[in-house]
Amino acid sequence: MSIALSSEDISRALTRISHEILERNHGSKNIVLLGIPTRGAHLAVRIAEIMSKIEGSNIPCGTLDITLHRDDLRLRPPRAIMPTLIPQSGIEDKDVVLIDDVLFSGRTIRSALDALGEVGRPKTVQLAVLVDRGHRELPIKADFVGKNLPSSLEQSIRVSLSEIDGRDEVVIETRVPQ
Amino acid sequence: MKHLLSIGDLSAIEATTILDTATELARASDGQIKKLPTLRGRTIVNLFAEDSTRTRISFEAAAKRLSADVINFSAKGSSINKGESLKDTAMTLQAMGADAVVIRHGASGAAQRLADNQWMSGSVINAGDGTHEHPSQALLDAFTLRKHLGNGASDLQGIHVAIVGDILHSRVARSNVLLLSLLGAKVTLVAPPTLLPIGVESWPCAFSYDLDSVLPLVDAVMMLRVQQERMMELFFPNAREYSRYYGLNAERMRLLKQRSIVMHPGPMNRGLEISAEVADSARSVITEQVSNGVSVRMAILYVLLAGSPLEVGSSK
Repeated sequence: MSIALSSEDISRALTRISHEILERNHGSKNIVLLGIPTRGAHLAVRIAEIMSKIEGSNIPCGTLDITLHRDDLRLRPPRAIMPTLIPQSGIEDKDVVLIDDVLFSGRTIRSALDALGEVGRPKTVQLAVLVDRGHRELPIKADFVGKNLPSSLEQSIRVSLSEIDGRDEVVIETRVPQ
Repeated sequence: MKHLLSIGDLSAIEATTILDTATELARASDGQIKKLPTLRGRTIVNLFAEDSTRTRISFEAAAKRLSADVINFSAKGSSINKGESLKDTAMTLQAMGADAVVIRHGASGAAQRLADNQWMSGSVINAGDGTHEHPSQALLDAFTLRKHLGNGASDLQGIHVAIVGDILHSRVARSNVLLLSLLGAKVTLVAPPTLLPIGVESWPCAFSYDLDSVLPLVDAVMMLRVQQERMMELFFPNAREYSRYYGLNAERMRLLKQRSIVMHPGPMNRGLEISAEVADSARSVITEQVSNGVSVRMAILYVLLAGSPLEVGSSK
C-alpha cells in the first residue's frame, strides 16, 4: 500500500482543477457542477466552494446518480439508488462539468451521459476527475485531471474523503490474491 | 430477495431499503424524467385473477417507467376462465420467458404456491392473495406515512396508526399490521367484534371496538373497505348502523389531532366507511397514496429484478 495523494495534494489538485475549469469556460457564468455520488458529489461541493471564492458568486452544484443507467446492473446484486439533485438553474444550454473521484473503464461516465440526457440538453459536457488510473474500455477522456496514476489491474485505488471517511487520502493497494 | 410474497418474510432493513429506493425513484420521476432504462428487455406479466384497478395499473405504470415490457392478463377473457390450473398458467408464462409475475388471486397463498414450485424461474410478486396479504399496498402506506409524519426518520418510530373497519377480510390490514409494527409504529385495529379475525390478540397490535375513543390518539387513520363480495354471512345489522358506528364522517374527523391524516387503500364505498366530505378533505391523502404506489412498485421491481438473479437469489 502506498499513498498516492496526501490531503495537501488533494486540496492543491482541486484548486488547480477549479482554476482550469474557469479558464476553459471563460468564467463561471454558464457553469453547472454535477458530482456523481458518493465521493464525486463531495468533490463537486468542494470545487464549487473554491470556484465561488475565486469568482465571488455562487456556482450551481448538484448530484447526478447513475445507478439506473448502469450497464452492469445485471452482473451484481442490486445497488442502492443515490439522490439526483439538479440545481434550480437546470442544465438546459449550460456548460455542465461532471465530477467523479476515479476515472477507470469510463462506463460510469457513459452512464452519466445517458442520465444527463434524461434531464436535459446541456450546451457542453466536460469531465473532471481527481484520479485517472487508465484502462479505459470506452472512448472517453477527462478534461480536468487531478493526477494521472498509471496502475496495473491487480491494484485498486482507494479514495478517502473527510466527509465520509474521516480523512483525505488516495491510496494504491495491491489486491491480495484470493 | 427474489420474491415478494408477504411482509412476514421481510426484515426491517429490507423494508427500509424498498422505501428509500422509492424515495429516490419518486424524486427521479418527479421532474422531467418519466422513463428510466433500468429494466429494458425484461418481461413482467400482470396475472390478475381478481378485479383490480389501482394495483394493476400501478404495477403496469411502474414497470413501464423502468422500460420493462408488460403483458397484462386477467382471468376474464383468458383460459383461467376455462378452468386452466395455476400450474398450467405458470408453465405457459415460463415458456414465454417472463422475468417476473405480479399475481393477484382470490385464494390465500396463491403467490406462495407459484414461488415454491419450480413451475417458473422468474420472480413472483404478490399483489393480493385472498384474505392473506397485500405487501405492496402496505409498503406504499408505510411510504406515505413516513413522508407525512416521519420527520425525516427512516422508520415509523412513535407514530400511532388506527386501522378501521373490515379487518377480517382485509389482506391490506394484515400486511399493514406486520409492516408498520416492524418499522416501529403503534397500530390499533378498530372494528366491530364480528369483523375482527380469530386470534387477533396474538397480532403485534392493539384493538378496540370504539372508534370515537381511538381517534383523538392517533396520527393517521386508515379506513378499510367493507368487502361485501367476501361476506357470505351477516356481520353487522345493516349498512346504516355500520356507518353510524364505524364510518368516518366530518363530525368524527374533528376528533383527530391537528396534523393527523386520513388514508384509504381504495376502492372506497363513499357513504359507508368514509363520507365524501372526509374523502375529499385536506386531511385525506388517498390520491397521494395512489401516486406513491407507482414509486413504491418501481422500487419493488428494481430491488427484485435489477440485480443479478444468481446473487440476489443466494442472498436469501
